[in-house]
Amino acid sequence: MAANMYNDTVMEHFMNPHNVGELENADGVGTYGSPVCGDMMQISIKVEDDKITDAKFKTFGCGSAIASSSVATDMIIGMTVDEALELTNKQIINELGGLPAVKVHCSVLADHAIKSAIYDYAQKTGKTYKGLEGFDPNAEEDEHDHDIPEED
Amino acid sequence: MRQVYLDYSATTPVKKEVLDAMLPYFSELYGNPSSLYSIASESKEALVKARTQVAELIGAQEKEIFFTSCGTEADNWAVMGTADALKDKGNHIITTKIEHHAMLHSCEFLEKHGYDVTYLNVDEGGRVNPADLESAITDKTILISVMFANNEVGTIEPIKELAGIAKKHKILFHTDAVQALGNVEIDVKDLGVDMMSMSAHKIYGPKGIGALYIRKGLRISNYLHGGAQENKRRAGTENLAGIVGFGKAAELARVNLDEHIRHSSELRDYLIEQVQEKIDHVYVNGTMEHRHPGNANLTFEFIEGEAMLLYLDMSGIAVSTGSACSSASLTPSHVLDALGIPVERIHGTLRFTVGDMTTKEDIDYVVDTLKKVVSKLREISSVSSEKGW
Repeated sequence: MAANMYNDTVMEHFMNPHNVGELENADGVGTYGSPVCGDMMQISIKVEDDKITDAKFKTFGCGSAIASSSVATDMIIGMTVDEALELTNKQIINELGGLPAVKVHCSVLADHAIKSAIYDYAQKTGKTYKGLEGFDPNAEEDEHDHDIPEED
Repeated sequence: MRQVYLDYSATTPVKKEVLDAMLPYFSELYGNPSSLYSIASESKEALVKARTQVAELIGAQEKEIFFTSCGTEADNWAVMGTADALKDKGNHIITTKIEHHAMLHSCEFLEKHGYDVTYLNVDEGGRVNPADLESAITDKTILISVMFANNEVGTIEPIKELAGIAKKHKILFHTDAVQALGNVEIDVKDLGVDMMSMSAHKIYGPKGIGALYIRKGLRISNYLHGGAQENKRRAGTENLAGIVGFGKAAELARVNLDEHIRHSSELRDYLIEQVQEKIDHVYVNGTMEHRHPGNANLTFEFIEGEAMLLYLDMSGIAVSTGSACSSASLTPSHVLDALGIPVERIHGTLRFTVGDMTTKEDIDYVVDTLKKVVSKLREISSVSSEKGW
């Protein structure tokens, strides 16, 4: 069933996820989701000269939650903070070669978690980023809604 | 790679004796039992034999067994047929929150057509309290349906006591025995049930064949309309090979019942004991006292069920989960919810069901693999015993 449900890229990231863990002396840490919903992602980042030099994640969740966490951390390492703020779940899903439609809304937490980590970094350093305007790290349920149907 | 199937409550492999019994009824003895020539009479005899074999497994008479296409059809027939037959008497049905969807969705359908349904709560072990049933009865109640053994947590309900309450109030009693059949000793006369749903593929028979026991003298409305098959109660040309397979599987289940229960419960207990010894933060859901002999339903804290299931699948192990993430509806198991299990724990639940082909070595392999899988996913997880939920 595993093979039917997820493509090879997703399975590879799920079986051997990259960047698992927590960074010591992280410059920013963000969390999104909740165990009640079935998925929760924590991401920690290192930032040097406005560039993300390292990222690690910890995720409670299903196969696609773990795979998307893995690929998202891969994607933001080397990005500028502004670039990382523009990363969307859609790009993450594309990088994975697609996910089952039913999984798209509930299990891809990375863009919000990344924004939360950068928000934490901005708070600590007093920096402002355009991509964080109007962002509330505690606004959990707006985007994380199981009921919104989405075609992809 | 070793393949270990621990999902016997989902379905079972067809036993060789069963398949051998079925095979002649495809290309050699293919006569329609309703026809009058010789080849058809052999089909008719096979039908009677199979009906007798199923009846003997549950202490019924041959004429009280009506074959259906599956357990779901039997459930639908029992509830719809009763609702229609007794519509002038009342419109109230009592069932439980932990029924199979075949029953729950049939009841939801009837609710849209003017019927009232009470869904009884269960205790933390999954058992219905007989006093709750008694107090739910009204003068409009026409049917009580309580499943015999639950498919997820394996809880065996006090059917005899519940059926007794129904009888006292002169209300029909149905039980969905799809999981209980062949796993629990069943005597319909002693239990006092009026109707009982069964399925072949849970007892090493083929898929696509089930049956409804209807007590002699009880007449509910038909559900499938057409020809005069099944004593004019269930239309449609008989799935003869399937029926023969069900009959053979029922005979084997009857002969092997004690050994099957001993074998299953020993391996199931060994699995639970080994998991609890080797993996921490594990909960056993349901009750060990009244439980399907093959069922182990376990919660592994801080990780999610679909992820575990996929990792196990990559190691050749087949199990199922109550996690929302594995269901198309994205809703967590209604059964585990009814037992009062917190939803974050429901997400981390796996159901293991052992059966006749399971060996001790299979269990050892599963426990070893599970230990690695749980440890790996807990390393990835953002929640832990230290951090808490």
